[in-house]
Amino acid sequence: MTNHWVDIKNADLVLIMGGNAAEAHPCGFKWVTEAKAHNKAKLIVVDPRFTRSASVADVYAPIRTGTDIVFLGGLINYLLTHDKIQREYVINYTDLPFLVKDEFTFTDGIYSGYNAEKHSYDKSSWDYQKGDDGFVKTDPTLTDPRCVYNLLKQHYTRYTLEMVERVCGTPQDKVQQIWDMIASTATPDRAMTIMYALGWTQHSVGSQMIRTGAMVQLLLGNIGVSGGGMNALRGHSNIQGLTDLGLMSNLLTGYMTLPGEKEQDYDAYIAARAQKPLRANQFSYWQNYGKFFVSFMKSWWGDAATAENHWAFDYLPKLDKQYDMLQAFELMNQGKMNGYICQGFNPLAAAPNKAKLGTSFAQLKFLVIIDPLATETSEFWKNYGVHNDVDSAKIQTEVFRLPTTCFAEEDGSLTNSSRWLQWHWKGANPPGEARSDLEIMAGLFTRMRTLYQKDGGAFPDPILKLSWPYAQPANPTAEELAKEYNGKALKDVTDPKDATKVIRKAGEQVAGFAELRDDGSTACGCWIFAGSWGPNGNAMARRDNADPTGIGNTLNWAWSWPANRRVMYNRASCDPSGKPFNPVRKLVAWNGTAWGGADVPDFKADEDPANGMGPFIMNPEGVARFFAKGGLVEGPFPEHYEPFETPLAANPLSPNQPQALNNPAARVFKEDREAFGKADKFPHVATTYRLTEHFHYWTKHVRLNAITQPEQFVEIGAALADELGIGNGSRVRVSSNRGHIEAVAMVTKRIKPLMIEGKKVHTVGMPIHWGFLGVAKPGYLTNTLTPFVGDANTNTPEFKSFLVKVEKA
Amino acid sequence: MSELTRRQFLKVTGTSLVGSSLALMGFSPGVALAEVREYKLARASETRNTCPYCSVACGILMYSLGDRAKNAESNIFHIEGDPDHPVNRGTLCPKGAGLVDFIHSESRLKYPEYRAAGSDKWQRISWDDALDRIAKLMKADRDANFVPKNADGLTVNRWLTTGMLAASASSNEVGYLTHKVARSLGLLAFDNQARV
Repeated sequence: MTNHWVDIKNADLVLIMGGNAAEAHPCGFKWVTEAKAHNKAKLIVVDPRFTRSASVADVYAPIRTGTDIVFLGGLINYLLTHDKIQREYVINYTDLPFLVKDEFTFTDGIYSGYNAEKHSYDKSSWDYQKGDDGFVKTDPTLTDPRCVYNLLKQHYTRYTLEMVERVCGTPQDKVQQIWDMIASTATPDRAMTIMYALGWTQHSVGSQMIRTGAMVQLLLGNIGVSGGGMNALRGHSNIQGLTDLGLMSNLLTGYMTLPGEKEQDYDAYIAARAQKPLRANQFSYWQNYGKFFVSFMKSWWGDAATAENHWAFDYLPKLDKQYDMLQAFELMNQGKMNGYICQGFNPLAAAPNKAKLGTSFAQLKFLVIIDPLATETSEFWKNYGVHNDVDSAKIQTEVFRLPTTCFAEEDGSLTNSSRWLQWHWKGANPPGEARSDLEIMAGLFTRMRTLYQKDGGAFPDPILKLSWPYAQPANPTAEELAKEYNGKALKDVTDPKDATKVIRKAGEQVAGFAELRDDGSTACGCWIFAGSWGPNGNAMARRDNADPTGIGNTLNWAWSWPANRRVMYNRASCDPSGKPFNPVRKLVAWNGTAWGGADVPDFKADEDPANGMGPFIMNPEGVARFFAKGGLVEGPFPEHYEPFETPLAANPLSPNQPQALNNPAARVFKEDREAFGKADKFPHVATTYRLTEHFHYWTKHVRLNAITQPEQFVEIGAALADELGIGNGSRVRVSSNRGHIEAVAMVTKRIKPLMIEGKKVHTVGMPIHWGFLGVAKPGYLTNTLTPFVGDANTNTPEFKSFLVKVEKA
Repeated sequence: MSELTRRQFLKVTGTSLVGSSLALMGFSPGVALAEVREYKLARASETRNTCPYCSVACGILMYSLGDRAKNAESNIFHIEGDPDHPVNRGTLCPKGAGLVDFIHSESRLKYPEYRAAGSDKWQRISWDDALDRIAKLMKADRDANFVPKNADGLTVNRWLTTGMLAASASSNEVGYLTHKVARSLGLLAFDNQARV
């Protein structure tokens, strides 16, 4: 979230699209209710199903799954052609005036530089024009045909009201009504928030859907303001924290990135990430990358990280490509992996195409499960009849299952969607011999270290020299680790303006990332968490819920990254002179000498606004980007592509270009492409979803939840049920090109057929919560049906749009 | 009559139907009322925690029996929303309301277990046996397949034949330590639930 849960109460308009907060995030949704009740806010819900969020909306519009870019692209077209934009905001705080290279082109759904064989782009033309001074060329009058404003306008001319109805199936009057409501927030005194979740991420064009939403918000001046923002409602309690801590194939902590294998030169590695400003006097905060990186390496390898060995740069593995989860399972399926560890993760249920996953796991030599619950993955080798029909004798994988504590049995912090790190305390011991994940990881590591000490082996240095300063090496405490990721001074740290002044003594916890240095005098495990356990102790455990300004920021409750800031980009809530656009919802302001207010300013604290520094301080431009340059793989502007399993034969936006039917830059493995189904055999569109009574695949193990929703069902609209003669409560078979499931039919009026390109398209809703283990009635894992393809940038699987056939069981 | 002891009161009420209505008429003995069974919550220990499900991270209060003394085993028997929490203000959703059943779920794993190649059942093993065996398997695979340099002779120091998926509900401290261990081994096929 750019903003936070409580801040939703400050919105004038709430758009829930690609999510269903009322059911999936009920206690956060209460802030939408609060906005409606006390701020006269209106709620818009756009969703293929009439969800419970929709049931309390002022306006609900149906949409065909996977077509949100058309709906929002049409909105961008409408806002630009009717000049319903926050002009002062976009001219000063975005790249709309920037000029783009002449070589950049877009024809029939394909950008310049496409290589059809490799499904990838040469992105060199996707860039700004630069002057002799190295800065970007701009045209503040927005008249130059190569400025981002005009390219953007041109790009979305095809996204008309009629096109939206043809592709999304949403009636034109509904679309226009929603666009008008959204356009009303272009004035500085009105704010809209966008709330989205997996309904936007789990598509092959998911990243670009989210970008389209963010572009709408920028045009309206709704980013950085109270009651505004792009608010991702994250699925798990610490999915935010784990990502912040870099537990992804290509990341290090705090959104630093691993080197690619061609990045052999340390200085070049840093320089590529410590980008110089693209305009005069911009903060370009990633220029401090070296300080964050060196402090990080000191935290992991201590004295073994020296200036001479480039802070142990070669201890880090170097990438030749992404090894995301789908790539890992593909390698496993090809027999190229031997071992796998699942810590609190149930991929047999959570990744796509169960059949492929099962055969992949069966090729492993060993599988280690670390979990508080008996997951399906841990028993992939065991026969559970139709729900897991395998022959154990043929599966040669050794499996270890290690029991862990759950939340109630350990101390520690979790980071929520608001970026708040909240500490929690242990209330009881775990059952039986269960151990904490800390003890298990430490137990594994210390054993391996001992083996390498004793017997040697492949490149032992990063293992033997890993800093391990814990009082009990086999069982570090949460407190020790929290202090380590916050960071401390290793030597006295002095004021850069006055070398005689010590600002942090050796051994003290640092108060924030501004104290980090790139000379080895500081250690910090995760720079964006610096301040969470500073010199004054554990800020994550703070419990003062006072809200003196009434804006809901509760600055002394827990701790929010970065720097305890509650609303990101909050400098953009003020006009260029530093005066709040909306004095009623003041976050920060310039008082003549410093920035301050109801939030921690997201800006250089003493920067006079007259100097023209932009509010998007992490970008070298200082402004937000409509034109993503090379930041995304399929293009600088979001373009609609159909899901990989689509009911249509051609992309209505580029009907004459077959390469533009689906995401042209997506990575699809050969066998998975062959396993895609076509609309002639699988005529119904399916979308997976979650129930308010269940949480993923956990709560089928929980008695109360198993009682409230005991049995697997499939949601089918009344029109489709009539067509197929399916009665409410009868059993149906739902098949895709990858397998089938059987479940109870729940016939509802919540899903209606949509007219797409003159053809009636039915959508089927598939709750995901059942499996072959737990206390609920056994059911099929829904991913038996889903296609093995992900978003082209993130490789998040396309669980929200695929093709099935529904029939009577 | 109002000075009746509890014993006398029971005697009276036990011997006649008339007696049973004495209390209704206002003759109930003070001592007897004071001995109405105490709420369990009153002698419970309260621990502050946050819900492990979605990312709203509602504050919760966990109530356990036992006074946290070393020799008293705590047992959590009730969980409710934390009224001081600025986001949930004491409320919980249908998922969070069932949390106490998660802690005590019959699906909770209690002992390390091992499934041998080709077997159709689990066998219980000790922690030491499990961790020793896993560490040996990992080291053998790493030593056999570690890639110090790629085909072009560039230093890459990666290990691609073992991978890991990390939790999404484990703490930041667990995530941090897990990352530290995984990368020091050279893992690249390393992801967390955010990928989904």
